[in-house]
Amino acid sequence: MTRISRRAALRALSICMTSTLAFGAGSALAQDGPVKIGYAVARTGPNATGAGITTIPNYELWVDTVNKAGGLTMPDGSQRMIEVVEYDNRSANEDLVRSIERLATQDKVDLILPPWGTGGNLAIAPLMARFGYPQLAVTAVTDKAPDFAARWDRSFWMLGGGHDYAGGLVDVLTKARDAGTINNKVAVVSVADGFGIDLITGARPAFAEAGFELVYDKTYPLGTSDFAAIMSEAQGSGADSFVAFSYPPGSFGMTKTAQSMNYNPAVFYISVGGAFPIYPGVADGKAEGVMAIGGVDAESPAIQEYFTRHTAFVGSPPDSWASAITYASLEMLAQAIERVGLDHAALAEELSGGTFETVVGEVKLEDNQLRDLWWIGQWQGDAFRAIGPADKTGAATPIIPKPEW
Amino acid sequence: MSRIILPLIGLALLAIVPLIVTDYGLGLLIGAATYVTLASAWALFSGQTHYISLATVAFYGTGAYTVAVLNETLGYGAVLLCAALIGGTIALVVGLATLRLRGVYFVIFSFGLAELVRQLITWYEVNVTGTLGRYIFLDITTRQIYWQMLGLAAITIALTAWIHRSRLGMALRVIGDDETVAAHSGINLARVKLLAFVLSAVILTLAGAITSPRYVYVEPSIVFNPTISFLTVIMALLGGANRLWGPTLGAVPLFLIFEWLSSNFPDSYPILLGLLFIGVVFLVPNGLIASTERLLGKAKGARG
Repeated sequence: MTRISRRAALRALSICMTSTLAFGAGSALAQDGPVKIGYAVARTGPNATGAGITTIPNYELWVDTVNKAGGLTMPDGSQRMIEVVEYDNRSANEDLVRSIERLATQDKVDLILPPWGTGGNLAIAPLMARFGYPQLAVTAVTDKAPDFAARWDRSFWMLGGGHDYAGGLVDVLTKARDAGTINNKVAVVSVADGFGIDLITGARPAFAEAGFELVYDKTYPLGTSDFAAIMSEAQGSGADSFVAFSYPPGSFGMTKTAQSMNYNPAVFYISVGGAFPIYPGVADGKAEGVMAIGGVDAESPAIQEYFTRHTAFVGSPPDSWASAITYASLEMLAQAIERVGLDHAALAEELSGGTFETVVGEVKLEDNQLRDLWWIGQWQGDAFRAIGPADKTGAATPIIPKPEW
Repeated sequence: MSRIILPLIGLALLAIVPLIVTDYGLGLLIGAATYVTLASAWALFSGQTHYISLATVAFYGTGAYTVAVLNETLGYGAVLLCAALIGGTIALVVGLATLRLRGVYFVIFSFGLAELVRQLITWYEVNVTGTLGRYIFLDITTRQIYWQMLGLAAITIALTAWIHRSRLGMALRVIGDDETVAAHSGINLARVKLLAFVLSAVILTLAGAITSPRYVYVEPSIVFNPTISFLTVIMALLGGANRLWGPTLGAVPLFLIFEWLSSNFPDSYPILLGLLFIGVVFLVPNGLIASTERLLGKAKGARG
């Protein structure tokens, strides 16, 4: 009868350990070691929805794509794999700030990717500047982007400001009014949080300047779930255009309310959430003609290829606003590393001055900001197509009036 | 004598720690000091009177917002003073109106207070100023924030120690035991409760004001995060809310556990957090200090 003695077991164990160590050392010698990239994103809390749709899937898709191709290419042509260090920021700035300190000083990561949201990106900006990391702030919509880019010279602001989006919307409406398709009355509602207020303060003067009359202008608290009252007031206001500076799930609630009360304005515009891939489902398959913030050039082969890849990896298509920009920012990062390596100062300089090939086309930042953006899009067929600025290549022609629900 | 000297030595040691730790270590120290301050300040009122308050974040957020509004117009010292005054005034007004409420009614009211303050600020910003997000650009280093918070924590604990020995502390304990008896013994219920509530609120407000420069961007939905209120209560209860060092003993380990959980189990963190809360309430209802003393007492009894 054979029994495994304790001594034999120990011997086996020690052999096993030694060989693992040797193997580990061997593989470390073969390569330069991985590039450590850290991020602290919201896995839990109120920001988890936004981070879960726009930020996290793109980070994971990019890391997967790069590593399957053999890793990040260095200036000398060698390749290094990416190793991710991830923390949950619990949607709290306090935890976010501490996580960044941890990534920079404890884990000593080579690069840090930003969290989702304007508040989060601003909270980490002073730290990123102090530690010298370049910050590709994508999901931060702020009119103060020029000030911030000047204040922290290694920060890059890539999603424009509230005034830009409000202006893009007013341009589309102005053309339609001048063509006689809509009247000059607009009903507008806005959510009472930083984003909604930024947009409405940008929109009021823009509408006034273009000769529109705001016949209905209401702000509703974040978390409102019953829109029947404000929607029926908007319906009764005589405006041909309904504009909501809204957040999900409010954007979805308004869509459903408008459908159930058979409210059919010629222009139905919502903000965040309208470009989400789930929106046609929310609108019960009747999303045709709905306008929203953002947009992509749905005819571009690069965007189509990105959508296919995203769908295959994540299981759902990306949103048609900030997702593609997020992915593009990572492509910029990879190309900048290939040109100048991982030195933070050189990397920041290259990001600031270089030209990059990305899924959203050729990108060159102006004063550390991405200004070549889509401000407004519309559901046409099965895609959310960009319609403004109208003179940008790839812009689709707006469908006004919107078909009835 | 050692009751005073030992904490002072501890304080001196804690004050020089930032000179040797990394930025992350410093971040942890700030977090721990903040929660020690919050839990101790909370216990200053709630621990003795047994009025469970969920209004912590109402004052903490008010402090942060005050700094955000005033940091460009006033000097830092004046801003802190304003924050303390505003926090104290809110507590005074609110306390006058509501400290008659008892038990669960007070709990619900205090939770509502945080929401009320948040909505009032939102309403004001939306309708009057037209800007909701505000920026804090102050040249205050992380170390300075830590030292301020450490100082505030020390003051809070010293104040609690003093109150425990004073007539005020005695009155608060009697109120906690039985309000009717307290009234019949000639204690001015309204004045005593109000005084403790205002003191506690001023400290909570200052804590919010001191940490706010770390966040740069302030919005009501960011600074009035109800989780802070819940964490404060559970930390104070874990250590023992009616003991001088109870909130500290609850806050430091819980803060470190949360940090460890969230970095190692980011996906299951909320579940573990919930289990931890239930565990605290079931296993150490009177706090760690009381439980330890009971265990020690039993051991002694068994020996004797």
